[in-house]
Parts: sequence; structure tokens; C-alpha cells
Amino acid sequence: MSLRISTAPHMHNPLTTQRLMQYVFIALLPTAAVGVYAFGFPALAVLLISMATAVLCEFLWQKIAKQPVRINDFSALVTGLILGLNLPSTAPWWMAMIGSAFAILIVKQLFGGLGDNFLNPALAARAVLLASWPVHMTASAYVNPTYFQAGVDAVATATPLASKSASIVQLLLGQVPGTIGEVCKAAILAGFLFLVITGTISWRIPVIMTGSVFLFTLLIGGVTPEAALIATLSGGVLFGAVFMATDYVTSPITPWGQVIYACGAGLIIVLIRQFGSYPEGVTYGILLMNIATPLIDRFLPRKIYGYKKEAKKA
Amino acid sequence: MSEKKSLGKVFFNGIIPENPTFRLVLGTCPTLAVTTSALNGLGMGAAATFVLVCSNVAISMLRKFIPDQVRIPAFIVVICTFVTMVQLLMQAFVPSLYESLGLFIPLIVVNCIILARAEAFASKNSPLPSALDGLGMGCGFTLALTLMGAIRELIGNGSVFGMQLLGASYEPMLLIVLASGGFFTFGLLLGLFNLIVKKVERKHAQKEAHAA
Repeated sequence: MSLRISTAPHMHNPLTTQRLMQYVFIALLPTAAVGVYAFGFPALAVLLISMATAVLCEFLWQKIAKQPVRINDFSALVTGLILGLNLPSTAPWWMAMIGSAFAILIVKQLFGGLGDNFLNPALAARAVLLASWPVHMTASAYVNPTYFQAGVDAVATATPLASKSASIVQLLLGQVPGTIGEVCKAAILAGFLFLVITGTISWRIPVIMTGSVFLFTLLIGGVTPEAALIATLSGGVLFGAVFMATDYVTSPITPWGQVIYACGAGLIIVLIRQFGSYPEGVTYGILLMNIATPLIDRFLPRKIYGYKKEAKKA
Repeated sequence: MSEKKSLGKVFFNGIIPENPTFRLVLGTCPTLAVTTSALNGLGMGAAATFVLVCSNVAISMLRKFIPDQVRIPAFIVVICTFVTMVQLLMQAFVPSLYESLGLFIPLIVVNCIILARAEAFASKNSPLPSALDGLGMGCGFTLALTLMGAIRELIGNGSVFGMQLLGASYEPMLLIVLASGGFFTFGLLLGLFNLIVKKVERKHAQKEAHAA
């Protein structure tokens, strides 16, 4: 893993890559569990296939390229799980496999492996699948979760983003159609709290990104605050903000850099949702800001400790 | 004998050691744009080869008359003449291919490969080797384009040269025939080609070291 140069002071920390990835994996478990509970066996199959493919691809690549095999650092497993959660439960098995293989082999390993990828691998793979098989990746592939069907009316057809008819409670509990991971906001919030408490991620990117989506929907869309909140909780904003925008490698290091990154992603998401031809823009919002990250890091470098700017000559 | 061997070398130079697409990375614009099917790649390659051979021969014959200061405009005028011929011929005899290649036929004029070979080879050599150089480069370009077109057509449409190969149950990967898919295919093939060439060269070097 290549190190992004950051100036002193440095702090020693017992966290290793393996430990961090384990934390992310644990944080994803509630979301995965609710997803499997909501969508049943097909969801479990999609998640298992994408995880297994990701780990297998990582293993084979490292064997063939004669690199040390590091599949036990959990990073490939996490990539596979995030990709699986990004797919609808009706996704065919080969799509999960191609997505995982693309994420690991092309986005991650061909650019130098862990720490050198310029895009979030799972998200880039999602974009590829979305462009290749739109039928399997958009509203037509989404099904209603099978639980709670007796008591409460689940929202039928299309995503709540398109129909705008889900209540906030339904959104929080995940009684809406969508991809496996994005439906239950409560589980995502639990994962977010776990990650912040363990110090795995800072609160900055997820909170500012979600907040900016709310704000920009209010300003650009010109809707009521309640409608803006529903729009923010619909689709993949929360899942993307917590688990994908916070990828260390593809997000800025300085606090202000993270603010710009998160606001930029929020703005792009709202612009795509309001004016674009795609119903959802989370994927492209985060990917575009991933690409802008080196630029942000370059123009907002960390302040060097003990260094004073020379006073201007009068 | 040695003359003949070097002519053969001139021809094969363009196919692998200096393949215009995968080794010199010239003419990438048509490479990315027209290779959505094997037939388009082959058509584009054939048109460019015709222009390459003719312009190389013409420029080689004129090389003593063209003043050095205005050689680039002179080359372009010669190349334009042959591109216009190709364009009219294709419009008359293969109208469907002409339709699908569209703007990229007149754009052969500014194809770097043709100008590069005129400048680097034809303006310094006699007509026969120039013709062979043009033919070799053209074949290398055609092979690369046809290969890329075949791969993209197979993955993005399930067929090669219009023949359905992968059956009706195959769900084509649309991305590969879109622009971004062109970049993916090109990048992967470029890397693979150079990997193989490097391996072969290393083996040759080892053999020579053994022999010596």
C-alpha cells in the first residue's frame, strides 16, 4: 500500500488494515441481515456469490502476479459485500460475479492493488453493471421486501424516488423496493454509529453529504422540508454516504477537503436526480468526487505543523 | 539475398514490432470510435491500408521534388487525394459500410499513422520498400482494429462479423460497445500485447546470450 504523504505530527495507532476492514465488515452486517430478511434467499445468494467471487479473484490475481496473498485482510470480502448490497435481490448470479471480478481485477488490482485504486471498486463495478444491463439494475428489477406485507402496505412498483409515495417510517424500516443494502435506513445508521464510535471513519463525510443532499433538494427542487427529507432517505444516499464515500483511498484527507468532497457529491446527486435522465445519481456523484480527490488533496494540503507563512513585505 | 530479407523485415515491422495501434499507439481516434463491430474494424483498416500504400509510394517517388520546408502540406495534399478516392469508392460500392463509418473516412486524412509513415519512412526510402512499409503498417492496423472490433462485437452483441455465436440466452454487455467500453478494451489489449511482446523479447535475449 502506498502512503499518501501527510505532514507531521504523526500518531501511532494500533489499528491495522485488517482490523479496519473487520470493523467495516461488522458495520455492514446489520444492513446485510435486514436485506436477507427482507428479500429472502435470493438476496443471500447474491451476497454470497459476490463475496466469494471477490475473494477468489483477489487470491488468483495475487497468485498469478506472484504477489503476497493478502485475502485475509478482509478488504476483498468487504468490496464483495458492498457490491452485493448494491445489487437488487433479483440480480442474476453471473451479474454478481462479473461485477465482483471487475471491481477486484480491473478497478483495484490493475491500478496497483489496495491503496492505489482511484475509484471505489464496488461503486465502479456498480456503474459498469448499470450501463451494461440497465434492465437488471433499475426499478424494473426491484421487488418489494417480503416481510411486513400483511400489516402495512408496502410501496408497490418503481422506487420511492420515482413515485415519491413512501412515508419516513417506511423508509427507515426498509419497507420499500430497492437494492439489497439500501432499503433499511435504520440498519445503515446502526452501522454508521458503530464505525464512528470505533473511530473507523469520521462523521464528516456521511453527515455533510446527507445534509447537502437535503439542502440542495430543498433549494434546487423547491419542495417542502418533509419532501426533501423523504428524498434524502430514499434511494442509495445513506448507504453510499456511510459505506462508499468514506473509502480512505478515494476520499480527501484534510477536514476541509472532506467538506468539499461531501458537498460536491451531494450537489451532483441532486442535479442528476432533478435534471438528469437517470432516476438515481448516488453512484455517479461519489465516483466523480473520487476522481476529484487528488485535485482536492493537492489544493487543500494539510497545514504543516510549526510552519508560519512569511509575512508579506510591505 | 540480404536485400530481400530486409524487405521482409520492413513488411513485418508494422505487424508486431511496431504495430501502429498497440506499439506506437497512433490513430487511436478511429480505433476507439469505429471498432463497435468486426466488420467496421476491417473496413476502416482496409481503407486506411489503401491510403497508406498509395500515399507512401507517391510520396516516395516525389521525395526528391518536395522542398523540405513545405513537406507537411505536400504530404497532406497527396494523402487527401487518396482519401477522397477511397471515400468515393466506398460510397459507390459498399454504401452500408460507408454509412456506419461516417465521418471517420474523411478523417483518415489526419490519421497520424499515415502522416507518420510518410515523414518517417516514405520521404527517406525508395518506392518499393515504402510500399511494403505501408502494407505492413496497414495490415498491423487492420489486424488490431478487426481484433478489437471482434471482441467488442462478441461481448457487446454476442456475434462476430454479424454471425450470432453466443446464442439467444446470452445477455449482451452493452457497455463494451459504448465509448467507455472502447477504452476498456483498448487499454486491456494494449497491456496484454505489450506483456506478450516483452516476454518474447526477453526469451530471444536469453537465447542470444546462450548462443554467445
